[in-house]
Amino acid sequence: MVGGNEVIKKKIFNRDIITNYFFIIPAVVIFSIFYIYPFFYTFKLSLNEWNGIDLHQQFVGLDNFIELMRDKDWWASMWHAWYITMIALTFQNLFAFILAFACDRDLKMKNFYRVVFFIPPILSEVVVGLIWTWILYAGKQGGEYIGLLNYTLSKIGFSHLAHNWLSDPKTALTCIAIVHSWKGFGWGFIMFLAGLQTIDRQLYEAARVDGANMWGILKNVTLPMMIPVIAVVVILTILGSMQAFVLIMSMMGNELAGATSVPVTQILNSMMATKRFGYACAQGITFGVILIFISVIFKKVSDRFKEV
Amino acid sequence: MKTFYYKIIKGISVTFIHLFLLSASLTCLFPLFWMVRSSLMTMDTIFIDKSLIPHTISFSNYIKAWVDGNFALYLWNSVFYTVTVVFAIVIISSLAAFAFSRLKFPGKDFFFYMFVAAMMIPLPGSFVPLYVLMTKLHLVNTRIGYVLCMTNVGLSMSILLLKTFFDKMTPDLEDAARIDGCGKLGIWWNVGLPLAMPAIAVIVIFNSLNVWNEFILANLLLNDSRLMPLQKALMQFQGVHSINYPLLMAGLTIAVIPIILIYLAMQKYIIKGLTSGAVVG
Repeated sequence: MVGGNEVIKKKIFNRDIITNYFFIIPAVVIFSIFYIYPFFYTFKLSLNEWNGIDLHQQFVGLDNFIELMRDKDWWASMWHAWYITMIALTFQNLFAFILAFACDRDLKMKNFYRVVFFIPPILSEVVVGLIWTWILYAGKQGGEYIGLLNYTLSKIGFSHLAHNWLSDPKTALTCIAIVHSWKGFGWGFIMFLAGLQTIDRQLYEAARVDGANMWGILKNVTLPMMIPVIAVVVILTILGSMQAFVLIMSMMGNELAGATSVPVTQILNSMMATKRFGYACAQGITFGVILIFISVIFKKVSDRFKEV
Repeated sequence: MKTFYYKIIKGISVTFIHLFLLSASLTCLFPLFWMVRSSLMTMDTIFIDKSLIPHTISFSNYIKAWVDGNFALYLWNSVFYTVTVVFAIVIISSLAAFAFSRLKFPGKDFFFYMFVAAMMIPLPGSFVPLYVLMTKLHLVNTRIGYVLCMTNVGLSMSILLLKTFFDKMTPDLEDAARIDGCGKLGIWWNVGLPLAMPAIAVIVIFNSLNVWNEFILANLLLNDSRLMPLQKALMQFQGVHSINYPLLMAGLTIAVIPIILIYLAMQKYIIKGLTSGAVVG
């Protein structure tokens, strides 16, 4: 009887293999066409010079990458993205952490704060960028500023500070970074708060009994327990901020070069303006490698902290 | 006496915490308030009336945006893309995740880790080859092209999330269904999908926001104004009406209202969904 059962099982299993594949075929087909093929095609294109229209692609080897190493605009854009990232890492995440720390107790209206802080993150970058462009607007009518920020500054006696925030190369990037942080801090807050709430309250009690003050508890109990969450937030902030670009486009218009260019706008510029598809792919690959490199370093650093 | 002082100190510190948190809330809400406030004014009043709440409220910008600005069409396009893409992602990813979790076939691990690896490797310029491919396939400026691209974007994360969920489920109910003569497809539909609803809710929320707010691919692939979603339309609108901020703010408000309403109705799931999505991604 047992043997008979096994034969039947085997038969069903053989027929099964083919029908089982049907379950993954839609996913695999879409994924192959729209992810895997473009992925490998990037590497092929990066070795060619091509304007996107001609049938012929000129093979140039690693020339695109060599040219990129000497491309001043490219490395300037990398610096701009890093500047935005640094502001997001410090101000945005510090602010998010302080807010989460303040919220991590029995507090009335806790849910209200959670809901409100998470509104900017759910808005699109286009919407956020356009709202802030209007607030930062520098136009004048009848000698008075129209934009909210400049108008307020001139009314409270700081009219010497009022100027064209987004046209001035000195302030444009900082404004973008601040708006980016405005959009992002609620997300950091939610992540940190979720992490804080997993910490066992008894640890706090024990520290308090031992005579630790608030700063001591924060330094010796909270922060060590939070290292895994902080590591995730830091890496995701870096990946997100380095690749931020729609916000910049919505605040600066179609001006893709200059003082606020970031790597993704450079890639788009190579593709749409100068029509160098191979060069654009070389930029994308280089940028991807840099991002992986940075994330690995931060992962290593956080692992080191975890051991201590 | 000691407890009395303690209470006072605690009361003061709680007040300060609330003041701090309230000012942060104001920072979040004020730009949105300013958007709505400006949208209710006209080009004539916006330069003169500087009060927080305008003296004369006008809805003319909304009518103008809705009718002349074609925002009715853009809103419909955004809804169409969001619903279609999310539906496709749920069906396709749950089929695949069910197979990866429950069924046996050669190469299972290979295919699964292929999806996982895709999430780990950032490729910032991937829209370049994608655009070339879409041109070759004549899918630029088609609804189906954009839907397929966006489906692919959400696929890996959804498969991983659902597979982890299916792995945690006990197969008792599935065995019962099998004894009752249910096929594999029947088990997926009748047992797998209903039980995976919490995970599916997360996937629906995460991907809905993703599609609704997407700009890069829409910008590259949809140049026909009849096919544009809201985000791209807003960006173009700003280019054309660069000075008419009240009208632009009305357009922005139209784009924001659905998101805010859905968010307020489902905020518990959204916050949970987006944080778990972020952790997985």
